[in-house]
This record gives sequence, C-alpha cells and structure tokens, in this order.
Amino acid sequence: MKTNIRVNNTIHELELDSRLTLLDALRDVLGLTGTKKGCDQGACGACTVIIEGQRVLSCLTLAAACEGQHVVTIEGLAKGDELHPMQAAFLHCDGLQCGYCTPGQILSAVCAVQEVHAGVPSHVTRDVRQTVDAATLTDEEIRERMSGNLCRCGAYPNIIAAVRSALAHEVRS
Amino acid sequence: MRAFAYVRLARATDAARAVAARPGAMFLAGGTTLVDLMKIDVLTPDTVVDVRPLGLSSIDVSDEAIAIGAAVTNSQLAWHPVVRDRFPLLSEAILSGATTQIRNMATVAGNLLQRTRCPYFRDVHASCNRRQPGSGCDALEGFNRGHAVLGVSEHCIATHPSDMCVALVALDADVRTLRSDGTTRSIPFGELHRSPGDTPHLEVALEYGELITHVVIANLPAARRSHYLKVRDRASYEFALASAAVVLDLDGDTIRAARLALGGIATKPWRATEAERSLTGRKASDETFRDAAEITLTGASAREHNHFKIELAKRTIVGAFASAREAKL
Repeated sequence: MKTNIRVNNTIHELELDSRLTLLDALRDVLGLTGTKKGCDQGACGACTVIIEGQRVLSCLTLAAACEGQHVVTIEGLAKGDELHPMQAAFLHCDGLQCGYCTPGQILSAVCAVQEVHAGVPSHVTRDVRQTVDAATLTDEEIRERMSGNLCRCGAYPNIIAAVRSALAHEVRS
Repeated sequence: MRAFAYVRLARATDAARAVAARPGAMFLAGGTTLVDLMKIDVLTPDTVVDVRPLGLSSIDVSDEAIAIGAAVTNSQLAWHPVVRDRFPLLSEAILSGATTQIRNMATVAGNLLQRTRCPYFRDVHASCNRRQPGSGCDALEGFNRGHAVLGVSEHCIATHPSDMCVALVALDADVRTLRSDGTTRSIPFGELHRSPGDTPHLEVALEYGELITHVVIANLPAARRSHYLKVRDRASYEFALASAAVVLDLDGDTIRAARLALGGIATKPWRATEAERSLTGRKASDETFRDAAEITLTGASAREHNHFKIELAKRTIVGAFASAREAKL
C-alpha cells in the first residue's frame, strides 16, 4: 500500500506490504541500518526511534500506520559532522561496548532528557504531583527512565553518566 | 505474519462498521499487544482498522469528571497535570507498567483490551482455552508461578496483566462505547472484563465491532489520598506479581470510606468491595488493613507454583493502605 513517511526531514513515498514494521522499512527499504533489530518483540529497545517527538519501538509499529508522520532515526541526529550533544556525551563517557544497543540508547536518552525538562514524573518520582527538576535528578530516576533500553554488555554505569552529562550540559546552556 | 489489510478511516462510526462487517477484522491502536501477537501467529486478523486517526486522542477536563479519548496514550494520561493531581494512583499505576517507549505507543482502550501474558496463551503449540476454546489449559499443571489466585476456573488461570485497569476499576470509571449501528452505551468498568469461567475466550463484555471511544472518571475528592503499590521480580519493566490500588478517605484516624483493587493475582482487574466495606468506620491501623487483606484473599485458589502470591497480595494491600495513610496532602 502507498505510504508517505517523513524520515529525518526527507519525505519518502513508499509502496509497502501492510505487514512491514517501521523497523524493517527503515532498514530494508530505506537502507537506514542505524536502527537495530534486537528482540523484534518489544522487549529490548534497540529499535527505538522518535516519532512526532516521542520515543517509540519501531519493531511494534506498522510502517503503514506512520502515514504523514515524522520519524527521527540515529542518522538524523548529527548536524553534518557535528554530533548531537547526546552522541558526544556517549562518546565522552564511553557509554557503550559493542555498540549494538547504542542508537536506541541515544534516541531514548534524547527524549528522556526532554521529558525531564518538561518536568513529568516517572515511576520512582516520590510524588507524581511534583515537577521533577533536572538539576537534582537522581541516578535512580535516570535508570528508571532508561529501563526500556537493555545493554547486554552491561555499559549501564557509563550510559547513566552520559545521560547525566548531557542533562547537566543542557541545564548550563 | 499473515497477510492482512490495513484500514485507515476518519470517523469512529465507519471504523466500528468496518470491523463489524468482517469476521476476521480487529481494531489496531498502539500495536504493543496486537502487532506483537500477530508476529507469533497468536492473533491472525485479515483486516486491522486503525483507531488512532479517529479523533479520540484528547483528555477533556471538567469540574465533575475527566473524559479520556480511547486513543490517548498511556504517557499522555500518566503525565497529565490534572490526572496527577486528582487521581495520583492512576498516574502511579500507569508509570509502573512497561517502559516510556511502550507507554508512548500504548493507548487507553488498548490497555483495557490487552491480552494476557500467560506463556501458554502466547505459544501456539501449547493448549490454551483462551486462545483455542476447548483445547485445555497447560498452565494448570505447568509453570504457573505468575498465574492468578482469584477469579480462576478449571479452564483458565491467566492473570490480567494491566496496572492501569487496577486503578480504573478502583475509581469506578465508565467505559463509553460506540456500536456499528451508531448507538452508544456506558459500561461500568467493573463489568467490562469477564472472569474466565467455562468461556475463557470471552474476555470482555463488548459486542463484536463495538468500539471503545472514551473512559470517563467522575471526580472523587478522596482519591487525592491514594496509592498504587506494585510488587514484581525486578525494579522496572516487569509485570506485577501482586499490586494494589487504594483510596483512603480519612476523618482523623478513622476510615470514612476506602477503595481497594488488585492486580497481578486475578484473572481480571479485581475490585475488593467486601474488604472495602469492612474498613468503613475503623481505625486506619495496619491491623485493620490486615483484616481487609484477609477478607480479600478469602477463597483464593493457588496452584503448584503460585502459593506465595496469597501472602504477598495481603502484604501488598497493607503496604498500599499504609502509604496512602502517610501521604502528605
């Protein structure tokens, strides 16, 4: 079926099988292989992309259902040779080992930081009525907000450091 | 995945009609249940009708109630300032489930209609009366550590997996629907989900093609003192072993009224009305809460691996009420 999807600011007019997930459309049709297929069943977060500003799982999203929507993948974060601050933070903090989960981690972290700046609570926020504050966010909060992205190498401490560093960078700037 | 037609319509009545007209059609919302189960052939619709373009994505707030569109995402609802203020247990319940990515996709109606996480339901080679009526239930003598102890039958012991529904049943929410003939109705939340009995495949009290359009929650001032406590095997991204949604209306130390619902231990979102009644007029002490917990779990029926859930659920109830009692308003 005919589907128009905007990916990283480029509009693609595609003729897709209705069974195709967004993940497979990105990788196999558009050649954007930065988005990774981990579990393919919504458990690992490796396939995380940003649709209309929200982080979601591309493995459980039908490509046909993305008609008219804007998808951002890891390929869309950097401005030319200039890395997105979250990409730079992952490099600086060594927030990866094998790198397979990293695109999903970074896209998820970009949104997690935006959510913190919007002040929305997480499961570990003591009182959901409160607005969370980026300056005093605990590691427990970062862990909870990043719990949808698994890392089999166990790079979690450095991932948390990277998110914290990007958060601090944004608070300062 | 089996071949299917993806249908996008603009009007809710057309969507209800489109599903009602085809025996193999299903509504598609966030896809976190349906696409997952289509990949493993547990669900094999020949048509999916997307409910997200139907204009059911807003939360309308009035002094009397909030009306939540069926396609509102779990994140939208949990993060809404009025929901957090009036119904903290609802925000807490939603935020305790799944992950941000999944809550950004999953919708309110989809959460209500999500399918059980029983591993035998998800395995097409296993016997499951819910998936294939009359085939038997491999969970009865199988690995049933995660299974239900309340509302079970000899045909099915599958746990209802939702956290959000536990809060909604405690809040006496109303489910608004639209049928393919254009008529609408309102279903009390407690009547939406069915216990399995001898027809576990009939999970909800909806007609085929009947579309959930809204969930309405009437204002409940007492719900400002409320809590959702979830106990699970790991700290995040895991289904409940036991959970409790509670509302506590206090007059000093005395309980004026209470609400109690349970998750993780029952075949449907479980409202404990008898236990609620027993709390009225009593002192808000741990002993009182323990008495209510005993009443709630009377008649619980465990299998080989899930005995622990009975005591765990009792302690979860006491813990949830104690937290609500201590809440600073």
